[in-house]
Amino acid sequence: MEVGELQQSLMDYMNSLRSQEILDSQFGQLQRLQDESSPNFVAEVLTLFFTDSKDLIKELSEALNQQNVDFKEVDSCVHQLKGSSASIGAQRLKKTCIDFSRFCNEKNRQACLKCLEQMREEFNLVRSKLNGLLQIEKQIVAAGGSIPIMDL
Amino acid sequence: MVCEMEDDPIEDMEVEVLPSMWPEDIDPGKQFNIEEPGVDQDMLEEVTIPEKPTFLDLKWLTELVDFTDKGSAQLSHLVKHWEYKQANVVRLLREELDNLSRQRHEAELRELRILEEHRFEEDAFNGDTKRQISVLEDIYEFWKEVPRRKKDVIVENKRVEVDAEYDTVMYWKQRAMNLEKRLEASVQREQTLMEKLQESMKNLDGQSAPAEDLTQILKRADNFLHFILQTAPIVIGHQDKDLRYRFIYNNFPTLHEEDIIGKTDMEIFSGSGVKENQEFKREVLEKGKPAKREVTFETELFGLKTFLIYVEPVFNKAGETIGINYVGMEVTDQVKKREKMAKLREEIAVQKAKETELNKTIHITEETMRAKQMLATMSHEIRSPLSGVVSMAEILSTTRLDREQRQLLDVMLSSGDLVLQLINDILDLSKVESGLMKLEATKFRPREVVKHVLQTAAASLKKMLTLEGHVSDDVPIEVVGDVLRIRQILTNLISNAIKFTHEGKVGIKLYVIPEPSFASREGGHHARTNPEQSTALENTTSKEEKNLLRSHSNITEEHEDEEKPQAPQTTVWIRCDVYDTGIGIPENATPTLFKKYMQVSADHARKYGGTGLGLAICKQLVELMGGRLTVSSKEHMGSTFTFSLPYKVSPVCDNSDDSDELPNVAEDDITAGFFQFQPRALGSLFLNGPAQVQKLLPGKLNGFVDDSYMFPASNIVNLREIRSPEDACSVNIDAVESTSDPECSQSQSSHPDGDAANCKGTDSKPPFGNSRSQSSSSEIVSRIDSEERGSKVDNRLANGETLKEMQRLEKPETSPESTSSGKTESLKPEMIPRILLVEDNKINVMVTQSMMKQFKHKMDVVNNGVEAVRAVQRSSYDLILMDVCMPVMDGLQATRLIRSFEEMGNWEAATKAGIEEPSSAGLSPNEHKSSEPRKRIPIIAMTANALSESADECFANGMDSFVSKPVTLQKLKHCLEQYLR
Repeated sequence: MEVGELQQSLMDYMNSLRSQEILDSQFGQLQRLQDESSPNFVAEVLTLFFTDSKDLIKELSEALNQQNVDFKEVDSCVHQLKGSSASIGAQRLKKTCIDFSRFCNEKNRQACLKCLEQMREEFNLVRSKLNGLLQIEKQIVAAGGSIPIMDL
Repeated sequence: MVCEMEDDPIEDMEVEVLPSMWPEDIDPGKQFNIEEPGVDQDMLEEVTIPEKPTFLDLKWLTELVDFTDKGSAQLSHLVKHWEYKQANVVRLLREELDNLSRQRHEAELRELRILEEHRFEEDAFNGDTKRQISVLEDIYEFWKEVPRRKKDVIVENKRVEVDAEYDTVMYWKQRAMNLEKRLEASVQREQTLMEKLQESMKNLDGQSAPAEDLTQILKRADNFLHFILQTAPIVIGHQDKDLRYRFIYNNFPTLHEEDIIGKTDMEIFSGSGVKENQEFKREVLEKGKPAKREVTFETELFGLKTFLIYVEPVFNKAGETIGINYVGMEVTDQVKKREKMAKLREEIAVQKAKETELNKTIHITEETMRAKQMLATMSHEIRSPLSGVVSMAEILSTTRLDREQRQLLDVMLSSGDLVLQLINDILDLSKVESGLMKLEATKFRPREVVKHVLQTAAASLKKMLTLEGHVSDDVPIEVVGDVLRIRQILTNLISNAIKFTHEGKVGIKLYVIPEPSFASREGGHHARTNPEQSTALENTTSKEEKNLLRSHSNITEEHEDEEKPQAPQTTVWIRCDVYDTGIGIPENATPTLFKKYMQVSADHARKYGGTGLGLAICKQLVELMGGRLTVSSKEHMGSTFTFSLPYKVSPVCDNSDDSDELPNVAEDDITAGFFQFQPRALGSLFLNGPAQVQKLLPGKLNGFVDDSYMFPASNIVNLREIRSPEDACSVNIDAVESTSDPECSQSQSSHPDGDAANCKGTDSKPPFGNSRSQSSSSEIVSRIDSEERGSKVDNRLANGETLKEMQRLEKPETSPESTSSGKTESLKPEMIPRILLVEDNKINVMVTQSMMKQFKHKMDVVNNGVEAVRAVQRSSYDLILMDVCMPVMDGLQATRLIRSFEEMGNWEAATKAGIEEPSSAGLSPNEHKSSEPRKRIPIIAMTANALSESADECFANGMDSFVSKPVTLQKLKHCLEQYLR
């Protein structure tokens, strides 16, 4: 594929992610931080995000399955996840975190568990989408093109 | 015939349509339907009819029977009844008599015929007739004594007759004699009957008085009534026209007959209801119409009882009332039940109404909460971009602008500031109302709070006003409370007071009071003041003088028991009066004074501006902290806002302790047993009395003249005071000259050109950038010099301020770099800003770090509040980016600890929070400077969420600004531009 086509498809892909509200403009911020000095910045951040979030979700699920749920602990995990998803622009995941946080305050375990399920789904979704995005980026870089930045 | 035909169906129909209600064997016409005597005798015998005490005035009864309509009617009815019976008997007898007479007549006729036929024989036997008599006599005897035998005899005679020869003279004679005898017998019988009749007639005469019957009937009626009434709670009575009892029937008598008969109700018993009863009876007596009424008696005789009484008048034959009949039935239980039912029904109705009301309220509350939540969120969302606009405008104002541009910019800034303030207020309010406002308990020094608040106010003061503060010496050095909220309240009240005061003074008075009654709810002798105070909001002006008197009396009282509230309990009540000599508040405006969005009038709103939220917030905050906020005011004379709050006093807190803890705080603040601020000016902030201002100022010049830059010449009082000491600073004096023109001091408003020139020199006064404008003034160099020296002091002065705007705006000056853009450039190469990021989220760290790299800044990163404090202990930073929500220690607390260090010069607070001080061997950069006042490090909060970690809270905890997450390049850039210059 031509570089231009690849770039166009990445743009389309990002726009579709944006219209689905999977990503927001914060992702563009992320992309802007990628330059010669850190050519793999986005991929690095995303990888860190994936592993970090995966751990957090695991931690959450363990915490929620305790006999006595420590909602404070749960909430701090959710807060972490909220912060990181907000930082990379994973909008839907962030929203799920906000709901989750509310249920934590209400100490509503059932709702939290439900939220956790949703969180997993959202995380898997955003992960697969972002992986796909990284794939296209790789192709663009391999083809010698520059990566278009998501507009604000 | 026709008539009959018509009548019959009608009668039939009537019978069909109106079947008798009575049982068939009962005569509806009779008063008492009593079965025939004898038939029911057994039944009545089974029923024991106890002879009830029936009080009967017999004489009166007779009179009654004789003279009243009713009595006579009843009597005549009885007589008629009797007469009818007698007439019947007479008729029967008469019929029998007629029968007999007819028989006799027939017999006579037959005899006559026979005699006609046998005249001859009769004549022939005259002598036999005589004998006949004797025979008759015999027969008579027979008939009289043994009738049967008489017949026998007659039969015998007949037989004898038969024995005689038929159709002989003898035969006929015998037969005639026989007939004669029969006639004789018949006559005899008739005579007997006549006699009997006579006898009956005689008897009849003997029975002429119907008393016997009457008595019996009456007795039966009486028995019947007893039978019916024996357990009924009924009193029956008759009273004459003087309402004296003549007759009473009472099943449950409590009095003897002689106690009642001949007396009136009033004479018999006393108590409530008796008079009513009596009057009711009299009314009936007068009106002559029967009536019913329910009367409740409460008498010693039978306690509380309710009677349903029926009273009917009794008339004599002439139609005059001669008394009343009275029937009373006790219905106490029923009345009670009825009342209970009514009450229950009422309660149910009330309950239902309440329920609906509650439902409505719940609904409304829910709606309101939702609306508030949305408002809060929205306000926050609005604030972020708005603060961007304002900051940009501020930055713009530091550049060179021509006069027109500056004027426009000033308007822009003041408008933006107003909107920001409004949004902050809304957020505050909604937080208090939604219960999200959390109070913090921190140790603080009331004197310092007063000082700082006044200092802040003086900084932006543009009027000829004296600001003063009196802190009574019984106020503890240190108390525990939410100092930020208290400062907020004080600042609000003071700025309000300044706003509405054009000349004279504005001040704060602080003193200890005993626990007010609204807190203890006990009626002490102090207590009387406070319930009134609570209502004073509605009706203040009328009470203001009293209020003032009270406050004075309170003061004296407090001095007497000053130790009392402190020693045994750890809570002390401190009352704070914020007074002014301003325009005052008209009486009719006081009720709405503390309402949201309310100002005294639309006119005021135009003239003085403001959101109308300030006082509402103050009130809510004070109440949240368990106190009361009241106001007293006289129009054109001034107002006094008073709030009393409880504070905890830590027992260790003592004068000696304090001086150890805080070596670098001005001694006067702490050690003075009697502490007082006098006519307030910046220069005199650290001075101990008005007289000392001038003397001391020059001596402290190198430290304190700079304060006038810190709160630049905007404070006229300040400048005037400075002017008198020999040569405080020529710049200042210049400024005084220009600013003494009040118009000119209003730098925000657009001025005529002539003034504008003057304003140039005083441009240091616009509310936002004291310093910005300085760049345009000719005194830049000297200012910068003095600022270099003074900034440290300034930081110390400013660090307690709650006025968020002030904090933000002062920031540029307080940073060690210059305030002017030109200077920033010149300094930049020399200064590599040290930035600390406090953030626990790795991704955020990564992103922020990368962004920082874009701006070519280096940044230290720590992961929580404790590490942040340690980092600050280790090295000095020019800017801290602080996440709010972190494990171990959150950003708010870390900020407070850092601020406390900056303020106090030691890490006492941090040590208390569990962070050990760096070892002295480490020789940290801050350590060796510890004797000097510290500069204030700008701390920028990084917040994620509107309500839980709101910007207000950040400001309140000593942060300077906030960046909402996720952090973007733009936001970071603004932030760095603003704080790293």
